[in-house]
Amino acid sequence: MDSNEATTSESVSKKKGKTKKVKRKVKSDEAPVQEMEQAEGEETEKKSESGPCFPPTFSVSEIKNKQRRHSMFLKLKEEKRKAPPKEVPKTIENQRIYDETTVNPEDEEVAFDEGTDEFSAYFNRLTNPKVLITTSDRPRGRTVRFCEQLATVIPHAHVYYRRGLALKRVIPQCVSRGFTYLMVINEDRKVPNGLVLCHLPDGPTAHFKVSNVRLRKEMKRRGKDPTEHVPEVILNNFTTRLGHSIGRMFAALFPHDPQFVGRQVATFHNQRDFIFFRFHRYIFKNEKKVGIQELGPRFTLKLRSLQKGTFDSKFGEYEWVHKRHEMDSSRRKFHL
Amino acid sequence: MQHDDVIWDLIGNKSFCSYKVKTKTQQFCRNEYNITGLCNRSSCPLANSQYATVREEKGLCYLYMKVIERAAFPARMWEKVKLDRNYAKALEQIDENLIYWPRFIRHKCKQRLTKITQYLIRIRKLTLKRQRKLVPLSRKVERREKRREEKALIAAQLENAIEKELLDRLKQGTYGDIYNFPIHAFDKAMEKQEEETESEEEEEEDEEESGTREFVAEEEFEESDLSDFEDMNNLKGSSDEEEDAEEQSSEEEETEEELEEEKTKAKSKGKTPLKGPVRKKRAYVEIEYEQETEPAQKSKAT
Repeated sequence: MDSNEATTSESVSKKKGKTKKVKRKVKSDEAPVQEMEQAEGEETEKKSESGPCFPPTFSVSEIKNKQRRHSMFLKLKEEKRKAPPKEVPKTIENQRIYDETTVNPEDEEVAFDEGTDEFSAYFNRLTNPKVLITTSDRPRGRTVRFCEQLATVIPHAHVYYRRGLALKRVIPQCVSRGFTYLMVINEDRKVPNGLVLCHLPDGPTAHFKVSNVRLRKEMKRRGKDPTEHVPEVILNNFTTRLGHSIGRMFAALFPHDPQFVGRQVATFHNQRDFIFFRFHRYIFKNEKKVGIQELGPRFTLKLRSLQKGTFDSKFGEYEWVHKRHEMDSSRRKFHL
Repeated sequence: MQHDDVIWDLIGNKSFCSYKVKTKTQQFCRNEYNITGLCNRSSCPLANSQYATVREEKGLCYLYMKVIERAAFPARMWEKVKLDRNYAKALEQIDENLIYWPRFIRHKCKQRLTKITQYLIRIRKLTLKRQRKLVPLSRKVERREKRREEKALIAAQLENAIEKELLDRLKQGTYGDIYNFPIHAFDKAMEKQEEETESEEEEEEDEEESGTREFVAEEEFEESDLSDFEDMNNLKGSSDEEEDAEEQSSEEEETEEELEEEKTKAKSKGKTPLKGPVRKKRAYVEIEYEQETEPAQKSKAT
């Protein structure tokens, strides 16, 4: 009886149940018990669904009665749909090694830290951001244009020519003139490849690797030039503690109150330790649809080091340094 | 014996000398004591028994002199004189050491000293300035990073993420009253409430179908006709007709909803909107179902 019911052509799992039942009869029940219970469960389900028992070799098309055939067919379809649940595909984000420094939104310690760190002045609305953008020595055309476009994207940004000055001399002068950020774009072979972002009144200094810089005229289907309105800021996926502090660093670049009239948004999106910067203009077509149009330069950043004080490469205290051999060994481990 | 000419014949023009470096237009001498660096009859330290050079070691200049008297003692051949740091005094020192020496060698020594002091000054100036640090790039690492960046960009789905974030902000109300869309959200909430009431009504209708009689309108029934029936409703006041009106209005509302759903769910492909009409058609199918049993009975009869 049991074996007969089991060998139906409809569900393969039932066959497996049958073989395991045979084993169970031979041996005492140990591991196969669970599968047995499952098979039994399936049987009871079947019994509850279809009142009469069916002979082993039987298909839906053999029922003469159209109503019953139809209902059996629908039931079969339901079962097929239900039977294997849709599997969630494995992605790198799913398989990411859990980082113990992931910030919990309600974490008090983090909230306390943020209340007292270098950006607290900005977030308490005591200071307004003022950014100084400069380059390394002897910048070439592409870097210069990139700096100019960055200055249009970031409000209250000024571009200054470097003139071979040492950063350590530049920083006190900036502080005295009320700048809150110093941004130095490093250039190599006529292409910008590095960014040093220094929060000025003795704030942290972050060094990034810049790649895939696209200037405005290289953008496809771009909109008109950005206006003077203060853009909104979107920060995505900054989950760990380090990512949190970097995210705050980016947020403090822009003034507090975005002017929604301008409909501009600057996005810093972190994905697998790469921070993608985009600048868009958006328009709401209805409450379900929004259209975005890319203006502005785009680039990607990768954090190389975070130093606690202002820029000091020799004697600085580094909070985080990217060490290739340790950190790049696993493909599932990310730090931001 | 020191026969300079013989030596020069052996190693000089168009002969082999291990210090000689030949280029297309010129010959250079790699000998460290050579004063000009060129391979000439007058500049060759091997082919001149009386020779002098100025060399620099760790920022200090020395004058080296070779005379024919010490030709037999290679260990003591070169006399080393430390020159003063002051350029003018060093020049005078050269003059007094190389007094009575050929003009060429004196001149060349002074020229060499000048050059050396100039480059020493330059070195000192440069070390004070910032220096470029050359960091070697590993090609393998660069390629790997580039590829990972591309993959991360694809995985990021930036446009979708930005749109989603903006819509979330709109729903939360960070934009205040700038946009007038919130009315639609209110309408949707109302529709949801209506759906719930309809489902309750349908259940009630199902319960009552067994045994009770209803007067069901035709499919072409329109809203405008309701006004005609209002009086009838008032006259009769029976629950059946009220239910009729409710059924019809609920069906119409359902159609409206479906249309709106189709409009708003432009992205979803087909499945959810179909459920509405399918459900609706099931009501009709049941009616047709009753009709279809007649031929089945007929077939059974035959």
